[in-house]
Amino acid sequence: MVKDISVTLAGICLKNPVIPASGTFGLGYEMAEVFALDRLGAIALKGTTLEPRFGNPTPRIAECTGGLLNAVGLQNPGIDALVGDVAPKLRSLCSTPLIANISGFSVDEFGICCEKADACAAIDIVEVNVSCPNVHKGGMAFGTDPAAAAEVTRRARKATRKPLFIKLSPNVTDITAIARACEDEGADGLTLINTLLGMRIDIRRRKPVLANRTGGFSGPAVFPVAIRCVNQVAKACRIPIIGCGGVSSAEDLIEMMMAGATAVQVGSANLRDPLACPAIIDALPAVMEQLGIEKLQDIIGIV
Amino acid sequence: MEKRICTIERNSPVAPGCLRMSLTAEESLLHRCGQFVEVAVPGQYLRRPISVSLSEEGRLTLLYKVVGKGTAALAALKPGDKLDLLTGLGNGFDSSACRGKALLVGGGIGVAPLLQLCRDLRAAGREVSAILGFNTAAEILLREELEALGARVTVATMDGSAGIRGLVTDALQEAGADYDQAYVCGPMPMMRALYPLLPDASEFSLEERMGCGTGLCFGCTVQTTEGPRRICHDGPVFKKTQLPW
Repeated sequence: MVKDISVTLAGICLKNPVIPASGTFGLGYEMAEVFALDRLGAIALKGTTLEPRFGNPTPRIAECTGGLLNAVGLQNPGIDALVGDVAPKLRSLCSTPLIANISGFSVDEFGICCEKADACAAIDIVEVNVSCPNVHKGGMAFGTDPAAAAEVTRRARKATRKPLFIKLSPNVTDITAIARACEDEGADGLTLINTLLGMRIDIRRRKPVLANRTGGFSGPAVFPVAIRCVNQVAKACRIPIIGCGGVSSAEDLIEMMMAGATAVQVGSANLRDPLACPAIIDALPAVMEQLGIEKLQDIIGIV
Repeated sequence: MEKRICTIERNSPVAPGCLRMSLTAEESLLHRCGQFVEVAVPGQYLRRPISVSLSEEGRLTLLYKVVGKGTAALAALKPGDKLDLLTGLGNGFDSSACRGKALLVGGGIGVAPLLQLCRDLRAAGREVSAILGFNTAAEILLREELEALGARVTVATMDGSAGIRGLVTDALQEAGADYDQAYVCGPMPMMRALYPLLPDASEFSLEERMGCGTGLCFGCTVQTTEGPRRICHDGPVFKKTQLPW
């Protein structure tokens, strides 16, 4: 039972489609002593902005049924530390493709960060995040309006020749309109979905659980939303999709690929079990056997 | 970090709302005292970070307080049940940093990791005194255990029902403790109140709501003199000089 679990994503061959999602895998090297990072299909790095950021005040995390809310608020060491320190260090530890995840508060900031990521040999793919719900002005504002998403994509496209993915928000009326705007401006692919905007209240204290009041909801509970978004966008666009949202098992990964994803990011599952990604990879061949799948690449978007 | 499935030997109340859970473990699951574990709790998505009170060959002892649904579900587990845990998390206390006499200060459930610390310090031949603060006499934890290890224990209670009436800071001044190195674990307001009273080499074990406990999510960040640090990954123990209080 030799199964082919490799996929080709925007011209890059991934040994498997499993990618830890940005913001759920530390700076990238925290787990290097726990399992071989080269087992991963690729690694999506922590969301990075032009300047270093502390992020939001704590508490930043709230438990929910089937997942969690986070309002980390893009804590990161800044793009110069990413390209000068974090990415080269990771490259010295593994050869798996690295995906820089770029956020910004202005179109220019996105552009400058993409230029710096483009110049960094350790980075293979640039993922532009126009969907962070936890920062004020900027973040998700660029991903909820087709014209703004198009403008960011145009600027990022000018900044890099590397495969360019735009990470989309589900907090929109029509995700296909945003997706098409990014495709029209030359994006090589799309990552979806980012978290759903949510809120919890501590009924004893009569206050929001999160210091930021609202946060991004993720985990198994959002999986059906992600499947729907990926399938809609797969029907509306021709560029490849990295599916993301609540994936916790090899079965979930296969469902996400059938919906239209070429590769799959695993997010919240890493927070519950830091060995979630290697566990999903290990489980794939047996699940493929049960389902009569020889080659994962064959099932992309079949539904 | 290591993932283990352990069997619960015992899970029983030791004070109102506080339980001691012992788990079978072939070998010691901590590298240093003051490290913690993340336990998977039935019905909850995220694991819960729990202090390790003792880590010996054959047994891991946790001490925890029921504060919400997660810890309530943990309290409902029975001997013989299996518990999925991530062990050896965080940096822990540096017991070797103490060259003379050690002072341990704990507040409420924050006293939990001081037991293993006391054991390590005593094994290294250090003199240990401890100041433990609680709301009332009924809530006192670990006094006998620390005394059995040879520590000189002073208790402070808010209502005066045992020991000195007041806070651990009152007890610190009243007891006039004689020490070279202090180790602190308890609620944040207690630690901030102690901060100006203790020497620079003192170590503080911080707490914050955690997501993953393994450094992956950046949920439990604290500002330090060296920049933002993850309490679960870079702490929970920080030296006084790292804290910009």
